Amino acid sequence: MPALPAPGAENVSRIRNAIVSALVLLVGRGRRRPKPEDARIVPAQPAHPAAELAVLALLGLSSLCALGFILVYAFADSLSNATQFLGAALGLALLFLAAALIVVGLKLVPSEEVAGEYPPHEHPYEQQVIAEVLDESGTRFTRSRFFKLGLLGAGGTLGLAILAPAVSFGPLFRVGDFLRTPWRRGRRLVDEHGEPYKASDIAEKNFYLAFPEGVNDEGKEEMAASLVVIRLKPDQLRLPSHLKGYDAHGILAYSRICTHAGCAITLYRAPLFQPDEPKPALVCPCHYSTFDPAAGGTVTFGPAGRDLPLLPVYEDSSGHLRAKGNFDGPVGPSWWGVRLWKAQP
Amino acid sequence: MVGCPALEGAAVIARRTVRWLDERTASAPYLRKALRYLFPDHWSFLLGEVALYAFLVLVATGIYLTFFFVDSTKEVVYHGGYAPLNGQRMSEAYASVVHLSFGVRAGLLLRQTHHWAANVFIAAIVLHLLRVFFTGAYRKPRELTYWLGVTMLTLALLEAYVGYSLVDDLMSGMGLVIGYSVGLALPFFGENLMNWLFGGMFPGSEQLWPRMYIAHVLIFPILIGLLLGAHLLLVAMRHHTQFRQRRAQTERTIVGVPAWPGQAPRSLGLMVGTAGVLFLLGGLVQINPVWLWGPFHTYSSTNGAQPDWYLGWLIGGLRLMPSFDLTIAGYTLVPNPFWGGAAFPLVVFGFLYLWPWLERRFTGDEAFHNLLDRPRDAPARTGIGIAMVSWVVLVFFAGASDRVFVTFGLSYTGQIWAYRILVWVLPVLFGLVAWRICKELQASESVVHERHEAEAEARLARIQS
Repeated sequence: MPALPAPGAENVSRIRNAIVSALVLLVGRGRRRPKPEDARIVPAQPAHPAAELAVLALLGLSSLCALGFILVYAFADSLSNATQFLGAALGLALLFLAAALIVVGLKLVPSEEVAGEYPPHEHPYEQQVIAEVLDESGTRFTRSRFFKLGLLGAGGTLGLAILAPAVSFGPLFRVGDFLRTPWRRGRRLVDEHGEPYKASDIAEKNFYLAFPEGVNDEGKEEMAASLVVIRLKPDQLRLPSHLKGYDAHGILAYSRICTHAGCAITLYRAPLFQPDEPKPALVCPCHYSTFDPAAGGTVTFGPAGRDLPLLPVYEDSSGHLRAKGNFDGPVGPSWWGVRLWKAQP
Repeated sequence: MVGCPALEGAAVIARRTVRWLDERTASAPYLRKALRYLFPDHWSFLLGEVALYAFLVLVATGIYLTFFFVDSTKEVVYHGGYAPLNGQRMSEAYASVVHLSFGVRAGLLLRQTHHWAANVFIAAIVLHLLRVFFTGAYRKPRELTYWLGVTMLTLALLEAYVGYSLVDDLMSGMGLVIGYSVGLALPFFGENLMNWLFGGMFPGSEQLWPRMYIAHVLIFPILIGLLLGAHLLLVAMRHHTQFRQRRAQTERTIVGVPAWPGQAPRSLGLMVGTAGVLFLLGGLVQINPVWLWGPFHTYSSTNGAQPDWYLGWLIGGLRLMPSFDLTIAGYTLVPNPFWGGAAFPLVVFGFLYLWPWLERRFTGDEAFHNLLDRPRDAPARTGIGIAMVSWVVLVFFAGASDRVFVTFGLSYTGQIWAYRILVWVLPVLFGLVAWRICKELQASESVVHERHEAEAEARLARIQS
């Protein structure tokens, strides 16, 4: 017959159990439990010694090339193709490093494809809170319309004030600048070195760069300064009536600046014996605007919308070429309203 | 980990660093999310990354160039390492670039790499834009990301143009005066705008170069950098789009490679690889040999000039326009360069900006889209896109007609007249063909699908009998 437990023994064992379990819990709390393999965040995958070796080799090659770059740089002055060697060394150093990184990415880090949730389309609760905060913040303003006006006024005028100094960037409303040219009646045409042109210097089937006499290097860069001068046979000229007398015995002095996009006219198709394109032409190489010098600079092809301005010239008693007046129209690329104006001295 | 004490040490250091950082910045939750940010795996998603890395190369090489470039048009007489230019008058800017190319070790390499990187930068942006357009990635909720991207393309074009102009060689001067003339042709305010920007008539005041310089090295790069940051932030907030390559990829669930450890080495590899290719190009393939062009003067120009590829469409637009200014009773309202140089790009960029809105208007599609279309899934969009692309590409080809004339002897005027017609006819044709191909592809897919179903049914019937 089993011994009856002493009265109260049941309670004692219960208390003991509680103490033991509490102790176990307390002691075990700080200790890390070993994680089962499938609880890892990043999956475990086997090593890949060949890939590791390849990465090491690629890194080595990269360092070699980088050292090569430093060497080439040090002796660059005694090498004839230093740029090519420098580029090849640095480029290859970077490419070997890139290859190493890509081998790491494809073969050595665990490859995983993970699914995740896209963020929710909207957050209605937060939207509601924001709206309420905004609404409730403005209840002390009783004249909101005036406040809006005031704010707009202050903000607008202050914005203008901040922008105002930008006006000094450049001249405004000065159309006159576009019309001024350095040409005056009697001013001689000179070449790049300042030597005056004689009418006899101007040969057919050639074209010449001319400037007004006495301008400095800066003045030569002005759009209205430079000319393209050619000679045609007087019987080839078909100048319109308002340009009659602008030529000096077949010598024509056109503005060198294309009326389309402002490039210099540096192509001249002299009248040769080609049957298909017999007309002489001054051509701008930027967009191939083509002007007929025999007809007063009218546009025969290409995008230019305005004739090439013609400077009237004459041959003085010593045989030099001189301006007879000013261009028949504004020089250079067009702006709106360009046709209202005439070139001015 | 017993056999590998070094790694144990590294792990301890990593833990300490993370803890140190988290205690000071409370950033562990964000860092954890960033490490496991998902990149759907598709090659076409790398185009935008290439643009980003080209931009980094541009900034790095550009900083180096600023140490040597002089932003002044003050005239000097060149005496330096390049004999053919000795004794020539030129601006300090051009002289400093020639000196950088011949008198500074590795100077030419960095200059050419900078130029190549600019070309690749814009090419990558354009290809990225085409990918985004033809897959419908710009749709709700990513319109903002798209608009920022189109704005960055505009800024990149301006930035590249100003950089090209700064050198002040003959070609860059010709480009600058063309840009000036296009600005001058803007109706109502063109002449004031250009006087204001240039500090006077072309070739402008001595302040023009400092202005272009600060725009090129500070204002535009900072704007691009800020927009780039916002662009990437928006991409991350809404997460990447994805193609439906797997069944698990849905509008709600994204499947991809986590930033760490999967994506990081690949992206770093792409970054270093992009830089490597650019330096190889910069060292081995000559680009813009400015010493051959000579200094710019308003009275000189050269034939056969072609701009960098990304401005070819504008040269084409300018060259294609027939000769006319819009005039009313003798009053010039719109000079010619406006059409090809301003109206044409305005239409193209206007289309790009308005497209997400236009498409929503016509399809009534207000839904959220995380899944990408394949081009065939939206035949109308693909057709319109192909028409726009072929329009711009044809105009681009028209800009190279002079080279075709020189190389193949085809009459220049004949080519221009042909293009004046073709640029309106062919895009419509190509657009219709693309639309039709999409429809056919859709139909063939449904045929395949039906066949598979029928075969399955037949198998089932055979088994049952």
